[in-house]
Formats: sequence, structure tokens, C-alpha cells
Amino acid sequence: MKKIKLILYFPPEKTDKPFTYHLVKDYDVIFNILQAEVQPGKRGRLTIELEGTEENIQRALAFTRDYGIEYRPFNKNIVRNQGECVDCGVCTSVCPSGALYMDTDTWKLNFDEQKCLVCELCIRACPVKAIDVNMFD
Amino acid sequence: MGKTFEEINEKIRKGTVVVATAEEIIDIVEEKGIKEAARQVDVVTTATFGPMCSSGAFLNFGHSDPPIRMCKIWLNDVPAYGGLAAVDTYIGVTELSETKGMEYGGAHVIQDLVDGKKVRLVAKSYGTDCYPRLDIDTYITLEDLNQAYLFNPRNVYQNYSAATNTSNKIMDTYMGTLLPQCGNVTYSTSGELSPLLNDPQLRTIGIGTRIFLAGTQGYIAWEGTQFVLNREMIDDDTTMYSGATLAVIGNLKEMNSRYLRAASFNRYGTTMFVGVGIPIPVLDEEMMEFLAVTNKDLYTNVVDYSVPSRSRPTLRKVSYQELRSGSIELNGKKVQTAPLSSLRRAREIANILKENIQKGEFLLQQPVHPLPKDRTFNPLKDMVVK
Repeated sequence: MKKIKLILYFPPEKTDKPFTYHLVKDYDVIFNILQAEVQPGKRGRLTIELEGTEENIQRALAFTRDYGIEYRPFNKNIVRNQGECVDCGVCTSVCPSGALYMDTDTWKLNFDEQKCLVCELCIRACPVKAIDVNMFD
Repeated sequence: MGKTFEEINEKIRKGTVVVATAEEIIDIVEEKGIKEAARQVDVVTTATFGPMCSSGAFLNFGHSDPPIRMCKIWLNDVPAYGGLAAVDTYIGVTELSETKGMEYGGAHVIQDLVDGKKVRLVAKSYGTDCYPRLDIDTYITLEDLNQAYLFNPRNVYQNYSAATNTSNKIMDTYMGTLLPQCGNVTYSTSGELSPLLNDPQLRTIGIGTRIFLAGTQGYIAWEGTQFVLNREMIDDDTTMYSGATLAVIGNLKEMNSRYLRAASFNRYGTTMFVGVGIPIPVLDEEMMEFLAVTNKDLYTNVVDYSVPSRSRPTLRKVSYQELRSGSIELNGKKVQTAPLSSLRRAREIANILKENIQKGEFLLQQPVHPLPKDRTFNPLKDMVVK
């Protein structure tokens, strides 16, 4: 089994089609929506995590392309500068997924990257600029 | 049986003093009771590390040759006050850079100085017979300055309201980013470790009290601005204290940016995290009763920041135990809570202060004058000037 993160771009005419239904039904991939901006009549954007066999993922990607949906790998993650962080905790107040959380024993800030949606709300919330977004290939 | 400041200082000098932090004392009292704990423990250390906007530093640059009476002053493009004697200034932490805006302010200038960095000084003058020079553009370091002292007119709030936002728009405030429709609640306190919640009637804290200030020994200089002693009964046994504040002073040259950190709140501006620790002498059993307070019995108001008014509505009262749990109930909905001040670093300060007292390096200073009991909180009269 393999896991990848992707950003999909839906052209306006495709946003009301049951694309994800086919993805699951025909290619047996498990997907988890991390972020969605889909409105009928507008260009949509969906950030998803796909899990499946290597072959099924390749077939699902080919289907996505043929369907007229552009995609690119989701190549961002949130990085913390632990030397700058003062463990105030204010970033946890805006984190929608609970990826940033306080250890309620030590009151140290913890970060669970698996849960992170890379919504970047924490970057603007951090008063000491200890959080940044990292782009990778 | 009581103890005096002098008796406790004698124990500190001899190395026999017994010190606990305001968190540790809770378990000690639980185990031994008030009376025995008051007999055994001499000093309880309290601390806080939170953003405190009413902070800044006085600096003296020394004279250039020929000398200048600096009228307009910038430090790394941040304006500093030019209305003092020739080469004196005050730089406040919330003053913003004229080139970098909210990313860099007076707080960052102060932190850069403390970190030993070079800071660019630009000053202009109208020129006088005694100070003929018209402008200067140079670099300074903290070491070069004759005097540099932090003087914060309002720090160490006794108790501060928690913040939420009932509107449909996201709000960027000095209490952090407040999500729409009560999406979160932020609060700023070290609660049961907080200085003025452990001596709520200010029996032992006053003008002249020696404190830990941002890594060095500083002093309480005066009542803080907007100082007022508020008391509200939560129930028969629980009082909500709020309103006391402190003006503090200390030598910037001895400070450490681990305990004095520049901050920038999105779309609000700059401020500074200030680390303050205050030792409280256990003079008698009544003091120990105060010091044994826990978050369960410490309350604050949850106020709605979306109401653009001086007196924002209170949605409910909440204990710090509930706020620390990670969520509270607000209008029937579970809302996540998050702190704004660092309890972790406050604990670090309380422990440093404890060690300094145990090692005989930090003596208690009895206040030379108590803080006022009769202050009121006056609003600004908004008269129309024609």
C-alpha cells in the first residue's frame, strides 16, 4: 500500500460530477479530504490523501487526468523552529485538526504532522514567527 | 506564629530557607495542612510569561562630537521618543517600524539590543547654540549605551478576561486570532502560579519589592497604570480578584531574551513577552491560605471581543481549571480554549527564582510603600472640541 497527497484542480464544468465516487468504486483507493473548495460553476480545489496499491494509484491518476482534472503533488508541510517557540499555545486556538496541541502536563507545544492540513492559520497566529511553511519537490 | 521579612532573609543568608513554587505549595498544603505548611515553608515563588504591551526601555546614547539635541529619533526605523534631554529616549514595544510595519517594532529593537546586535540610530535636530549638530546616522549596541533600563508602566495583570468572538468574521486581536461564531476562546494567565493571584490583597507586594525581571533582578517601581482593586464574589467561598497591575523596572544590560521576547500579533501589531517572577514570603497562615489557591477557585470573565465598545459583554464566568482543560461550554456549544501566556516558561522562571533564593543570591525586599487601595478606573471623556 502507498499513500500520496495531491491537490486537484476542477474546471468549472466538472465540479458537479461524481468524480470521487468513481475513484473509490473503480480503483479501490481510500481517500481522505484534507481541504476542499468546491462550488458549482467555479474552479474547485481539493486537497486529498490517496491510499491504495501502487497500481491502483497509477490507474486512479490516469483516470483523473482523462477526466479533465489537473493535479499536482501536495508539496508543502509546516515546520516549527523549536528554538524560537516560547510554548505560549496561541497557535493551538486556530488549528482546525488538532495537529498543534499542548501537552497538558508539561505545557509544551506538540505537533502531530500526520494530522496537519497545512491550512497555514498557525503561521499568522504565531506571535514569535516560529512556524513556517516548507515547500519540497 | 508569624515570620518577618528580616527573619526570612536571615535564613536565606544562612542557606536554611525553605522555598516552594506556587504550584508545588498546593500539594504541600494538601498533604500537611495550612498550619504546618506555613510553619515549614518560608517563601513561595510565583511567575508569569505573557505578552505585555505596556512595556519599553529608557536609553541614553552618550554625546556625539559635535553634540546633538535629538528631536526625532529612529532605531532600526522604529520611532523613539525625542521629548527628553539631548540624548535620552524611551522606546515602547508597540511602536511600529516605518519600513517593515507590523513585522518589526519597538519590542524587536529591544530584543535585538539584548541579543547584542547592532541597531541603527538615526536622529534629527533643529540645532541649538549649545547643540549645533543637525543629524546623525550611526550604529549602537547595548554595551555602548550609558544606561539602558526596562521600565514597563503596566505589567503582571492580576487577572485578565478570556476572549471570544460572536460575530461572523474572523478577528485578529491582541488576544490572538478569534474565530467566528465563538470558534475559540483565548486566555492569558499562569493561574495558580500567577503573582498577583497568590497575594490578591497585596499584603507583601508593593513599591520596592525585588523581583525577577526578564533574567535579572528588578523592582516594582509603582502601581501599574489602570491599577484598581476589584473583587467580585463567585460564591460564598470564592472571590474573583482582578485589576491590580504593576510598573516594573530593571537593568536591560543584564536581561536575557529567553525571558524578554518580541512578538507580533497579526493585524494588531507588536508587543513583548515579559518574564516576571515574584517571591512571596509566608508571613503567616493567612498568607498560606492565599498561596494555596488552585485553578479550580480562580475565575475570569469570557468577553465578546466583537462588540466594539469599552465595556464588552461578559458571556459567562469560567474557572482557570476549565480553561486549562482545553474546552469550555459556551451557549450550549463546546468551544476549544488556548492559552496566550506560556505556563511552561513561567514555571521555568518560578524555579530559577526558587534556586536563586535557595543559593542565597536573591534576598527579599520588604515594600517601602504599599500599593494604593482606593484607585478607581476612570474612562476617557470624549468631548467634542470645536
